[in-house]
Amino acid sequence: MKYAFYPGCVARGGTPELLSSSMAVLKELDIEVEELTKAGCTGAGVLQEKNPLLGDTINVRTLAMAEEKNLSIMTLCSTCQGVLSQANHKVKKDSKYLAKINDLLKEEGYEYKGTTEVKHLLWILVEDYGLDKLESHFTTKLSNLKFAPFYGCYMVRPSEALGFDEKPERKMYLEKVIESVGAEAIEFPGKFSCCGFPVLFINQKNSLKMVSNNTGSAKDLGADAMVTPCPLCHLNLDGYQGKARSNNRGDKADLPIIHMPQMIALAMGLEKKDIGLGRHIVSAKEVVNKI
Amino acid sequence: MEVTLNVKRFDPEKPKNNTWIQEYVMDIHQSSTVLDALIHVREEMDGTLALRCACRASICGSCGMKVNGEAKLVCKTRVEELSPNGEKLLIEPMGNQPVIKDLIVDLSAFFAKMEQISPFLQPNKEPESGEFIASNDSMEKLLTEMNCIMCGLCVSECTVLEVDNTFIGPAALAKASRFVYDPRDDKTSERLNCLNDEAGGMWDCTRCMQCVEVCPKGVSPMDRIMDLRETAIEIGAKKTHGYHHTNSFEKSVTANGRLDESRLALESAGIFNIFRLLDLVPVGLRALIRGKLPPFIPHKAKDNKKIKELAKAIKEKE
Repeated sequence: MKYAFYPGCVARGGTPELLSSSMAVLKELDIEVEELTKAGCTGAGVLQEKNPLLGDTINVRTLAMAEEKNLSIMTLCSTCQGVLSQANHKVKKDSKYLAKINDLLKEEGYEYKGTTEVKHLLWILVEDYGLDKLESHFTTKLSNLKFAPFYGCYMVRPSEALGFDEKPERKMYLEKVIESVGAEAIEFPGKFSCCGFPVLFINQKNSLKMVSNNTGSAKDLGADAMVTPCPLCHLNLDGYQGKARSNNRGDKADLPIIHMPQMIALAMGLEKKDIGLGRHIVSAKEVVNKI
Repeated sequence: MEVTLNVKRFDPEKPKNNTWIQEYVMDIHQSSTVLDALIHVREEMDGTLALRCACRASICGSCGMKVNGEAKLVCKTRVEELSPNGEKLLIEPMGNQPVIKDLIVDLSAFFAKMEQISPFLQPNKEPESGEFIASNDSMEKLLTEMNCIMCGLCVSECTVLEVDNTFIGPAALAKASRFVYDPRDDKTSERLNCLNDEAGGMWDCTRCMQCVEVCPKGVSPMDRIMDLRETAIEIGAKKTHGYHHTNSFEKSVTANGRLDESRLALESAGIFNIFRLLDLVPVGLRALIRGKLPPFIPHKAKDNKKIKELAKAIKEKE
């Protein structure tokens, strides 16, 4: 199995533990990746506010790079997954727009035909690798743990661009993977909520209320930790949880926010330094102690 | 087919225990909608159940409510689709709006926000020949906005309104775009400057896409909000943290091909805004201690100059 690898900016920036744990898991599973080193940032929907054509052009350029290699793209981030999928969906529906973008890309020698598939590691594990095969790599069952799933907006919306019409079960994959490691996925009504990260620097008060509601309600429902496939959700829910909880609920940060590959690496019994739980702001020690 | 509805009831006249879930089991035709089932309850089983409905054809926008947690027009939702094997359906009133009774919510805040955006054309002068002529092309561009039936589903699911009821919200912003982009309206910059307000304006949207997902008419309110942001920047309405955020993002992607997280945090706060900058210090220090502070020298995409060239080519073409 081989993929064109698109780790995203945040895995190389604010969440290095996501990259190290993902690479360790991929190595254990013998999934080969070839990084698209020339690919640009997706724009995360933010660049698109000011310059949608530039955002779409950069993303179609990335899709064309993978198409040249005849590989599907693997992402590690809900936002990268969503924004690349949206661009892909848009140009597949609108051939005139694709021609306009291809015209911009021709100088560099790219021409996107519309055949690249973009898949988050979460989807790859369930759809391409298979959970039975994945489970055969686990050495430790995380059966004492209860996890709240938290998908990140762009992993679930807009459902049309994410292929949910053909694969509606994608809305349940995170719970499936949590159960595959032996843990309990709690019924968490906020699993498709917004973490508040997009407005962190714009309206911090609102952003922190979202962090407090999401982490506080998951804790109230008995979660030991929250598991997310999105590093941006992690940054906000982990990094700002202390301030958010004290401002809004008058309590303390007590819910570790685990990257989905970290949870898998824990079940595989991989090296601590690769899993990188020590890098979290909200301590994950109790999670490790319960294993 | 047999269907079981679990309906969230609310009776404001009951002194206590005024909220409860009531179960109704009935036989309905296979082609029935959730609204058909609810009307059956009201007319044949329990006349005290309160719900709002009118056209039964997804035109009037009256019957918005939550089915299994998702906001829907119940006249457009078939029971069989959600309950193919007789699964129970949970019916609740819409979110983010006060409940008057059972499934009926108070829409007065919804319409007050609609009024706030002056939902009527404001030309500066009288038409030259008795009427304003708008081209077919310009009206076609407004078709998505004009499809809004004001059902309130987008407001029900808005993740910002959940935490801040001063946000003007997706429905009113989508309606505002219908007037901003109408060639007969001459208040474009006044409208945009007003919607650009930091308190509850267009930049408070988190782009979570809940509104896009639930809109039964394809209005895609969040996309309309993105249009408004782009146009506000074009007319020079730039004194917002939202503008600094997207501008910084564009600069760092254009320069490096990748996002420079440190620069984004500093520039979004405003590099001369000492209070906002100080606010970043504790988080920055914690991240530094844990070894997850974004690098000061930003990562660059290999061949990042190509992205700079693309940005330049796009600018020149426009």
